[in-house]
Amino acid sequence: MIAKEKLIEMYSKMLHIRAFDEKIAFFFSMGMVHGTTHLYIGEEATATGVCCALKQQDYITSTHRGHGHAIAIGMDVNKMMAEMLGKIDGYCKGKGGSMHIADIEKGNLGANGVVGGGFCIAVGAALTQQMNDTGGITVCFFGDGAANEGNFHEAVNLASIWHLPVLFLCENNQYALSTPQKYAMNIKNISDRAAAYGIKGMELDGNDAVAVYEAVKKAREDVLINGPMLISCNTYRYMGHSRSDAQTYRTREEVNEWKRNRDPISRMEKYLFETGFTNEELEKIKSETEQDIENAVAFAKASEFPGLETVNTDVYA
Amino acid sequence: MKRELTYSKAIREAMSQKMREDEKVFLMGEDVGLYGGSFGVSVGMFDEFGAERIKDTPISEAAIAGAAVGAAVTGMRPIAEIMFSDFLTIAADQIVNQAAKMRYMFGGKAKVPMVVRAAAGSGSGAAAQHSQSIEAWFCHIPGLKVVVPSTPYDAKGLLISAIEDDNPVLFFEQRKLYQSKGMVPEEMYRIPIGRADIKRPGKTVTIITYGRMVQMCMDVAERLAKEGIDTEIIDLRTLSPLDKDTIIQSVKKTGRVVIVHEANLTGGIGGEVSAIICGSEAFYYLDAPIKRVCGADVPIPYNRELEKNAVPTAAGIEAAVRDTI
Repeated sequence: MIAKEKLIEMYSKMLHIRAFDEKIAFFFSMGMVHGTTHLYIGEEATATGVCCALKQQDYITSTHRGHGHAIAIGMDVNKMMAEMLGKIDGYCKGKGGSMHIADIEKGNLGANGVVGGGFCIAVGAALTQQMNDTGGITVCFFGDGAANEGNFHEAVNLASIWHLPVLFLCENNQYALSTPQKYAMNIKNISDRAAAYGIKGMELDGNDAVAVYEAVKKAREDVLINGPMLISCNTYRYMGHSRSDAQTYRTREEVNEWKRNRDPISRMEKYLFETGFTNEELEKIKSETEQDIENAVAFAKASEFPGLETVNTDVYA
Repeated sequence: MKRELTYSKAIREAMSQKMREDEKVFLMGEDVGLYGGSFGVSVGMFDEFGAERIKDTPISEAAIAGAAVGAAVTGMRPIAEIMFSDFLTIAADQIVNQAAKMRYMFGGKAKVPMVVRAAAGSGSGAAAQHSQSIEAWFCHIPGLKVVVPSTPYDAKGLLISAIEDDNPVLFFEQRKLYQSKGMVPEEMYRIPIGRADIKRPGKTVTIITYGRMVQMCMDVAERLAKEGIDTEIIDLRTLSPLDKDTIIQSVKKTGRVVIVHEANLTGGIGGEVSAIICGSEAFYYLDAPIKRVCGADVPIPYNRELEKNAVPTAAGIEAAVRDTI
């Protein structure tokens, strides 16, 4: 049985992730955000289930689709929103943008603009944890597309022979931009690859936050004792790959089927009602979320743009 | 106390002394453990520090470099050995896109204190994929520092500075110099990264060089000295950041410049050095066109004589110096 406070935290994080990214999608449609972004809408249960099962001494490496991980690990939506608008109070002082949001103190070693760029970094972070005996683990988030990068092999192999506390956490959202997972690999379950490295593998319903939370909580202990594990969470992204995606590779029916029958937030709500939450309780969390995101927008808008002299700072320590 | 040490042992001593002093420092790479490294640089370190801190890796250059990035950003000070600098291409994403940019991308909120050591250069008959001098590639990446020591003394002092630096440093060891000897103090000392060294003061011509070519230039200079041609030799030691002041001051004194590097000519650091001179007040002191004596724009060939002639020779350097006078 999961404690009530934990369930509230999970539901609240899922709502924050969706509301944050819906706001970003709106800003893009209004031309208010520079560059590109990759939205996490539809995958909220995975980041939330995973990060809510972690402890303070744990690390994550995130991906180009990283807003969900950042919110789930407890980062400040004000600073995230400010970064999206390229402001000085953003996490990266306006220098990183969507794909480089990081907060090492909170345990987020960074989103990453390179698909598969985080695999080996996660191995190194886990090496620090092992050498210093911190009792922490590193969760390496990656997608089905990244699973075909060579770094996947090098990192999982190295982590396995050194028994490093890494949880390789695949978010299989079915498409690498336009390329279906079933086209890009000859296996159905990405976690089958675990066997090749002599580590445990597991498939999870990535849209079931409670199932992900419970599995990762157990996996965390296992990884600390037995070394790395590969979990694949099956999920779906509702939006295009990035802002410019015409989505010609999938049907509206397919998207609607996921939204109608497997939506992670609806499923969480159903679970909460079944465990005795009242409508008022959920409405309260919803309105708090709405307020938090509005506050984040106000904070971001009020923040200044970085001074032009900062273009040359922060290159070297 | 100073005593004679090889370039290889000077590097080992720098690593060992830092490891004794700082628990955060460790070494990882292919065959670095019990085997002692494929060039023997880490021989004996496994016995002293154990498998925990002298870590053998599989043949996984991306993972070696990437694990160093991850360890560095979480508080360690890793030294990653990449057997041949040619294989840095396999680790390039982790060095170029991750290590170099992390601090800037994160708005100054990360430190990546790591050293990547790699053996570089031709002269051993290892042909095109084991003999390159690709150090200039990395000078083009803001966020990295690039060091190429030419003597055992410099190797030790620069490596200690590199390990203590809070930025990613690429440390290009000259393969042909591993067994060369020189006086090295036993105690720890530091040579600042970013400072060139005048290996031979002179008045007539400035030779700007680094790495294995330094000794070749010194030999040429001694020969020319007998004819009264007094050559000043600047060993850059660090290619990024470059010591512009030392270059400019020397050129103002001599008015004649020969740039020598083993790396091939096009896109080499010599072009940058030349542009620094021409863009500074030193330009007005030039009495002759700047000469570059560099590797040919070819892959390094296997045949001994072809190999020797694909990179600068003493005769070529001497001719270039004479051309400027």
